[in-house]
Amino acid sequence: MYLAAEGHNPILPIWQEMVIGSISFILLVIVLLKFVMPRMEAMYQARVDAIEGGLKRAEAAQAEANQLLEQYRAQLAEVRTEAAKIRDDARSDAEGIRQDILAKAREESDRIIAAGKEQLAAERATIVRELRTEVGTLAVDLASKIVGESLADEARRKGTVDRFLSGLESAGAR
Amino acid sequence: MSGQLVVAQGLPWPPRVADFYPPHVAGPWVTKFGIMVWLAVALLIIFFMLAYRNPKLVPGKAQWAAESVYGLVRDNIAREQMGNAGIRFAPYFTVLFSFILLTNLFAIVPGLQISPNSHIAFPIVLAAISYAMYNYIGVRKHGLGGYLKKSLILPGVPWPMHFLLIPIEFLQNFVVRPVTLALRLFANLFAGHLLLLVFTIGGFVMLSSDSIFVQATSVFSFAMAIVMTFFEALVAVLQAYVFVTLSANYIGTSLADDH
Repeated sequence: MYLAAEGHNPILPIWQEMVIGSISFILLVIVLLKFVMPRMEAMYQARVDAIEGGLKRAEAAQAEANQLLEQYRAQLAEVRTEAAKIRDDARSDAEGIRQDILAKAREESDRIIAAGKEQLAAERATIVRELRTEVGTLAVDLASKIVGESLADEARRKGTVDRFLSGLESAGAR
Repeated sequence: MSGQLVVAQGLPWPPRVADFYPPHVAGPWVTKFGIMVWLAVALLIIFFMLAYRNPKLVPGKAQWAAESVYGLVRDNIAREQMGNAGIRFAPYFTVLFSFILLTNLFAIVPGLQISPNSHIAFPIVLAAISYAMYNYIGVRKHGLGGYLKKSLILPGVPWPMHFLLIPIEFLQNFVVRPVTLALRLFANLFAGHLLLLVFTIGGFVMLSSDSIFVQATSVFSFAMAIVMTFFEALVAVLQAYVFVTLSANYIGTSLADDH
């Protein structure tokens, strides 16, 4: 009716168009499949290879870098322990030196003290000797004054004084 | 009323089937549709030849575009539908996809404004090639008897069911598949062109109306025509994808070992 009046039913193909479509499409397929598509697949594969190869290379480089890092870390740790050891050694050395110096100083001071003591003892002995003479003289003078007479006999006098002083000393020592 | 409008505007209203059949340029062999198909073939050959004249590992823009199409078809259609066996079909599917996509896009190219695929002759040719391919490949792989058995007989079904199932399977695999393949593409492009005609010519018809209100409303008609143009671009890509995906699926079924 309506469609028939138009002269075309859109569901029915025009046979000339089917021929044109077949020839042109088959020509397109032949040309592209012969000249373009094989190279495209080859390029695709080449690219896949390139990318995968690149990834592998990157992985290898990464592994190498990691190994180097480990190595450096180990070396660093080694160096650190070494440094710590050196520091400890230095510390103990310093301690030893200090002890040495201290010991020497102590010795020196002991020596000085000992010398001082010796000198003191000698001086004391001298003073005691001098004092003994002087005290004897003074005591005799005092005794003469008290008694009112001079004790002329030197030999007796000397014996008396010495006895007296010995008595004093033994009393002081007790 | 409508007769007056046609006279006034020189535009046919409403859109008719005849709009799909413009007068011959020179006899039945040289028509707008035939010329468009040759144009598509020429454009595709020139594009791919130029893009792949000197292919490099790091592609330029044209090479990249060509490879994107190839990569899409190869990985997202062929390998998805057929597994790794599909990669050797990828070149043909790429040509098929590019051809359908380009001819579909003619529907919205200014100056052409209609897709060759809105004449059913061209989808029929493409569907027939896919039909021939999947049957030929199935027969070559399994032998004629093996292929028929595989296509018609469902395993693990009680035998009386086969009186029902064999005709259904036959209809499914040997009639419905190729017919729907061709019809789907044709009908989408036919309807798309009709939609664009309705909104575009409808806009002009409303514009030439006597009522100012109807004239103002024509803005919506033109806006719809623009929206529909974008929609047609989507349909163009989608239908090319669907056609190739289904072809790949059918061939994959022929290649498969089990049902």
